[in-house]
Amino acid sequence: MNDPVYIAVCMIIMAGTTYLLRVTPLIIFRKKIRNRFVQSFLYYVPYAVLAAMTFPAIFTATGNTAASLIGTGAALVLAFFRRSLLTVALGAAAAAFIAGLVI
Amino acid sequence: MKHRSHFLQGIKHGTPIGLGYLSVSCAFGMSVCTSGFPVWVAGLISLTNLTSAGQFAGTSLMLQGAGYAEIALATLIINLRYFLMSLSLSQRLNPDFGTFRRLSAAHGVTDEIFAVAIGQPSLLSPAYMRGLILTPVIGWTAGTVLGGIFSQILPGIVVSAMNIALYAMFIAIIVPPAREHRPVLFVVLAATAVSLCFSYIPFFGFLSGGWSIIVIAVIVASLAAVLFPVGSGDADEHADETDADRDASGAETSCADNDMSEAGRMQEQPDTEEVRHE
Repeated sequence: MNDPVYIAVCMIIMAGTTYLLRVTPLIIFRKKIRNRFVQSFLYYVPYAVLAAMTFPAIFTATGNTAASLIGTGAALVLAFFRRSLLTVALGAAAAAFIAGLVI
Repeated sequence: MKHRSHFLQGIKHGTPIGLGYLSVSCAFGMSVCTSGFPVWVAGLISLTNLTSAGQFAGTSLMLQGAGYAEIALATLIINLRYFLMSLSLSQRLNPDFGTFRRLSAAHGVTDEIFAVAIGQPSLLSPAYMRGLILTPVIGWTAGTVLGGIFSQILPGIVVSAMNIALYAMFIAIIVPPAREHRPVLFVVLAATAVSLCFSYIPFFGFLSGGWSIIVIAVIVASLAAVLFPVGSGDADEHADETDADRDASGAETSCADNDMSEAGRMQEQPDTEEVRHE
């Protein structure tokens, strides 16, 4: 992570890929995609990705499994009650922090 | 004068989006900067990507030291939806949009900006789009930098607890829609179950973090697209009814305090689950 070349190349890859996806239809294609499967697939992809990235990585995120599990629980409860992203993030961190002090 | 009023109209419509972005990106900035990203890198990523899930995935792959191909493919799959949004947006741009203006408006195609733009009754002018995109870009970038700066002044013991913030944010994104839409709940639980298998079953050791996410996204989203197609049609209304019917009962509890065996069951028997509630 401390290699500036790696960081720069990754940033260019991410920004370039994202921009190409957005710009190609505006410049080249002028047709709508009405395929139901494609639309549904694209709708579900972000949820699958975020869930797969979160679990099981979150269980060891703070370096203390017990504290991480408590933080995970706090995040689930806060998110379940539709708290904002910032509240859930800080709430989970606070729970993990306090648990880390106690355990 | 016409340009000016269109621009101001765009600003008016974009400001609530920008304010919403400010707090989300603040959480993003805080979590990636405590994980080791320099503040300016986080800010630049927000400015050049202007995505949520896409750049969250990209940055967490960077933290794992993932390969370039993994990062490119993950970004591509997660952000594929922008391709569709740009496609439908391209039919709503007025004739003043030349190539250069299209090139610059393309950067601002996000879920929220697209939703507002596509809801306008008339064709979109370049001035309106400029106004609409401006505040969200500022909000998204400034929030990231503010969050990053804030995280720098935290003491070390707090920082290790803050490492959970990024994942907590993902949970905050996926849980509320999973509460309301059973198909999303299915996707979340199935993806979680497969991800746990990939991580804990030694056989799947050959799949690194980035590739396993790509494989999971393709498999689970395809399965969900077959089982629960979305879009204008009967199935969508039907899905909504099912959600409403179930709102007070099982879906909520199984979402908040489900354990992984629940996730496994869901994944194996989506059909029976669905039938049972009709």
